[in-house]
Amino acid sequence: MSTVIAVVLLLALTAYAVFGGADFGAGLWDLAAGGPDRGAEPRGLIEHAIGPVWEANHVWLIFIFVVTWTAFPTAYESIWLTMFVPLTIAALGIVMRGASFAFRKSVRTLRYRRIFGGGFAIASVLVPFCMGAVAGGIASGQVPSGGRAGDPVHSWLNPTSVVTGVLAVAVAAYLAAVYLVWDARRADDTEMVEYFRRRAVRAAAVAAVLAAVGLVIVRSDASYVFDGLTSRALPVALLSVACGVGALVLLLRDAARGARVLAVAAVAGIILSWGVAQWPYLLPETLTVQEAAAPNGTLTALVVAVVLALLLVLPGFLILYALVQHQMLPDEGVEDVGDRPLGNSAA
Amino acid sequence: MSATFGDLLAVGAVNPVPWARSQMAFTLAFHIILVPLGVSWAFMTLIANYRAVRHNDHDALLLAQRWSKYMAVTFAVGAVTGTVLSFNFGLLWPRFMGQWGEAFGVPFAFEGLFFFTEAIFVAIYIFGWRRLRPWTHFWTGVPIALAGVFGAISVVAANAWMNAPSGFTLGANGEVVDVDPWEVIFNKAMPLQAAHMVVAAYLVGGFLIASVYAAGMLRGRTDRYHRLGFVIPFTIAAIATPLQMAVGDALARWVFNDQPEKFAAIELVPQTHAHVPETLLGHLNSDDTVTGGIPIPGLASWLSDPSTGTSTVVKGLDTVPVADQPTISEVNVVHLAWDVMVGAGTLLFLLAVWYAAIWLLRRRMPASRWFLRAAAGAGVLAVVTMEAGWVVTEVGRQPWIVYNLMKVEEAATGNTGVWLTFIAVVLLYVALGVTTIAVLRSMSRRFRRGGGFVDEDVPYGPSAGKQPEAVEPVP
Repeated sequence: MSTVIAVVLLLALTAYAVFGGADFGAGLWDLAAGGPDRGAEPRGLIEHAIGPVWEANHVWLIFIFVVTWTAFPTAYESIWLTMFVPLTIAALGIVMRGASFAFRKSVRTLRYRRIFGGGFAIASVLVPFCMGAVAGGIASGQVPSGGRAGDPVHSWLNPTSVVTGVLAVAVAAYLAAVYLVWDARRADDTEMVEYFRRRAVRAAAVAAVLAAVGLVIVRSDASYVFDGLTSRALPVALLSVACGVGALVLLLRDAARGARVLAVAAVAGIILSWGVAQWPYLLPETLTVQEAAAPNGTLTALVVAVVLALLLVLPGFLILYALVQHQMLPDEGVEDVGDRPLGNSAA
Repeated sequence: MSATFGDLLAVGAVNPVPWARSQMAFTLAFHIILVPLGVSWAFMTLIANYRAVRHNDHDALLLAQRWSKYMAVTFAVGAVTGTVLSFNFGLLWPRFMGQWGEAFGVPFAFEGLFFFTEAIFVAIYIFGWRRLRPWTHFWTGVPIALAGVFGAISVVAANAWMNAPSGFTLGANGEVVDVDPWEVIFNKAMPLQAAHMVVAAYLVGGFLIASVYAAGMLRGRTDRYHRLGFVIPFTIAAIATPLQMAVGDALARWVFNDQPEKFAAIELVPQTHAHVPETLLGHLNSDDTVTGGIPIPGLASWLSDPSTGTSTVVKGLDTVPVADQPTISEVNVVHLAWDVMVGAGTLLFLLAVWYAAIWLLRRRMPASRWFLRAAAGAGVLAVVTMEAGWVVTEVGRQPWIVYNLMKVEEAATGNTGVWLTFIAVVLLYVALGVTTIAVLRSMSRRFRRGGGFVDEDVPYGPSAGKQPEAVEPVP
């Protein structure tokens, strides 16, 4: 049973990386889009693309927390005692990001849109870095078992953590760019297609270099995970690399739909291979999944919740995505006369 | 860098417990204001939406449409502040979660389910005005209202478990070895506490939204649109108020039977005795005397169990060892909060009676300016009532985090930097609160200036089947 829950947790992490990651990445492109004139077009596309779905994506994170504290309470205790600083930064970043994004859509004057836009964009970079750093710290055995706190600084500012943190930012940016190519294509905006295609290729290159550097670091810094990656997780890891290369080729040949699927598979492969590599440990080499697991009654309740989620939430989620894909959710409400931008007779 | 950072942490080494309590209290107090809007506003919007589609009512349509836009903002803010709460469990109370996560966590698994559903359909509903068919669009709003209620019930089930922990077996070292999830969720405190919160959500949400339109009417905006914006939420609040008094009364009796220290704090009863007066205001001193306030002889005893009347014995704080008692100041906070809740709740009830009476006699809402003034103030008053009620239940449980099993100080993090995060959180939330209100107000001003839909762009209108235009960024 504990294995089932561990798999659920890993899949939820993957979903968060794939769906939520793209949200964060879009924030990075928003930050890098330049001044209000030059950046207006990409920003408009970004806002349009993540508008309807971002709140739903947020829920993956809460789900991950809930599963961890319910199914693996002592490991949860250790992780949070140790990772206090990066998780605090992530929490504050999420407040800033979510609120800024919602507010930016609701205000019309440039000055305020800039302030909220800045908050949104900076937090979009900070949060994935912290999340990646926490993952790196866990993978490299920085979190002790038994509800004890590890080093408050070194646990997330060590070589593995830093490289996984930066990798998380790069991967998020890459995913977002790939999605945005697709969105721009649907909106028949060839200029934006080219704009984000170039950026997707660049982000892919950066992510690939970081992943390679990461492997070298992990080899000395997190040997258990490295051994796993080169043995039981090798097929998953290779598949991830193959998908990554395939996505890059398709991007260069401008085949957006295929590139999107392969890019998602490549990113999912990174998370999954990490999970498989550190199996059977939840906290590498100190606490196995089975040792960490809550009593069976709890795990059963979680499985029931997951099955209910598959029956109730998944259809809703698919409807939402389908509606977004078919452009049935074009705008927030309907424009009031007052919503028209001020002092702009053209609008 | 690491060394200087470490030094910085050492300088900031402060006992984390009071700061952790403050941060939890502050973030909860903030989030709970958004809860009623998240739970009940969708329902009110659906009423307006129903009227609009069913009776081809343009005002109702405009109202539903704008409410959904405001809702998008409050829901987003509620989602982020709610996410922070889930961070808080780990950041502030890791030992609590480590010890009790397998039991306490269970209701949250189901809460996650409902929140997920809510988020999905909020997105569909808010963004679906233009291109979904009218009734299809209406029905995509229904899951929001349902998920809001069930989500609130799940969260309150977890809180109720802290008041009445059950559904687990402890091993030799005090660790949880067996869990019965059903017993955890449906613990003894859960049904009444959940009912009290759900009704509160409708009561507060109703008064709060109605108060905005009452203020508008006081400024002369008495058109049908504003009256509708007032009547829908106020009617819901007026129905919820007497209901809430009945639920609250039952809950208070549960506390009397099952959490005697909390009840003793509510009624300022240091020693167990009969003929306990209901003291309005006043405070307890460290020598167990009560100063100030207006005592109503025997009323607390009588209310606790009318069948034995004023001779009902009320257990005092002395029923538990001194180490397990709340502090004197905590007792006084609980008592004052109780008085505020009951007092403000009574005022809201009188307002509801006024409204109902005029409605029954004259088939219209009260036109008096004094009524509108009171209704305009009722929104804030309702929020105060709810906050006070929440203070009663939380402070009244002190010193326990899990009643009779784990104390708050045993549950807290050892990280000494919490005072810093508390300051950061307060600053961020103050900015968030101010901005939320500013944004909502600016939306309202904009709507008013605009005065309606853009020509030929009404929801469900001719554009409903049209292909949307390419993305047009707003400068």
